[in-house]
Amino acid sequence: MEKKPIQEVTKLQELTYELTVGHAMSPKVITVSSQDTMAQFREVLRVNRISGTPVVEDGEMVGVVSIEDLIKALATGELNAIVGDKMCQHVETLYADEPLVRAVDKFARFKFGRFPVVDRDGHLVGIITQGNIMHTLLRRLEVDYREEGIHRYRASHIFEDIIADEAALVFGYRIIGRDFDRAGAASGNLKTTLSRLGFNPRIIRRVAIATYEGEINIVVYTNGGEIVAEVRPDRIHIEVLDNGPGIPDVDLAMQPGYSTAPDWVREMGFGAGMGLPNIKACSDQMKLESTVGVGTRLEITIYADETGEHGRREG
Amino acid sequence: MKLHDVLSIIDGKAISKNIDLDREVQMGCGSDLMSDVLAFTCEGTLMMTGLTNPQAVRTAELAGIAAIVFVRGKLPPPETVALAEVKGIPLLASKYTMFETCGRLYQAGLPGCGLFEITLRQWHLTFENSAKG
Repeated sequence: MEKKPIQEVTKLQELTYELTVGHAMSPKVITVSSQDTMAQFREVLRVNRISGTPVVEDGEMVGVVSIEDLIKALATGELNAIVGDKMCQHVETLYADEPLVRAVDKFARFKFGRFPVVDRDGHLVGIITQGNIMHTLLRRLEVDYREEGIHRYRASHIFEDIIADEAALVFGYRIIGRDFDRAGAASGNLKTTLSRLGFNPRIIRRVAIATYEGEINIVVYTNGGEIVAEVRPDRIHIEVLDNGPGIPDVDLAMQPGYSTAPDWVREMGFGAGMGLPNIKACSDQMKLESTVGVGTRLEITIYADETGEHGRREG
Repeated sequence: MKLHDVLSIIDGKAISKNIDLDREVQMGCGSDLMSDVLAFTCEGTLMMTGLTNPQAVRTAELAGIAAIVFVRGKLPPPETVALAEVKGIPLLASKYTMFETCGRLYQAGLPGCGLFEITLRQWHLTFENSAKG
């Protein structure tokens, strides 16, 4: 238990060497002119909710003015003094391509609230606060944590570990009819599962889209159904099954733009008659069987060894 | 194009907290129809839409959409924002119409997603063949 915090610190230290000042800085710099009054400077702080800015004269940075300078000016009743007389002329800057650890050191050494960031030609390109650094490190830790999660779960070796002439993994998902809030959750779970199995992202995308359209159809038209994915190293076979009303004319339903969806479905962003054509476009093989009053069975096969773009995109 | 570039081009705002404004978007699409988004986009697309319900986020998740811009100043309900948080999809807002939001980005160099076979098959059947006949 004692060790954990130490590891975290090490990770953070590592990140401060890995990331640059440019990564953490805010590229939008608000500046004031040396000829502005301290009263005008106060407005700049208030409107932008910041506590200091670089001071610019003829396009050149000549100083930095902060809320502390403003407080001093307030105390002595010098709100009409110009910024040029009240600013700090000693400007400490950081280079955008320096490692972030330089910024951490500088904040510890000088007790400034911010440092202007310049490129190697001396042009002002950003500004950095301790808040920026904190925010960047936390965000980066979160990303790393997520990637680690994917890595930890990666089960792409599972097929190699299985000794058999043929092996398949079968995943089943139950779909609740008319529950639009959860529509897509099953497809999302299948997508995550396939990612963990290490399939090519483009294949996963096609599976996800085809399954999602199938899932939407179950939610919209039926009282429920299921999605069964049979996953093999070389192909993914998906069955979308329901006991719903069935499709009277399958050929017609396959035509782009043909739809029998009610208005509430259209309000949800679906029902434009692209579902089945879209599934077909994503699939290597597609079979749709439907009997009115009995149900619908949609079978989709997508091969895992995709070469090229499957002709989905032209040019 | 990075998300902070997108925000400055469309004069927009970030809805989600703690989003990575350095995230890259490769191309853009604009639609209120989620099936069209699924059919006519590629991985890494920026999606412009007026549809604010959670299906916009589901669609983004499944189609590998990099970020969503809600147009016409429409703001998503809390359940959409919450789902986007879980799925790690940044949400942005634009006060401009769909046309103007897309137009600004296109003009600034963000390309569309190109042409798709699903469209062209029908197109050729309808126009190219009848032109010959």
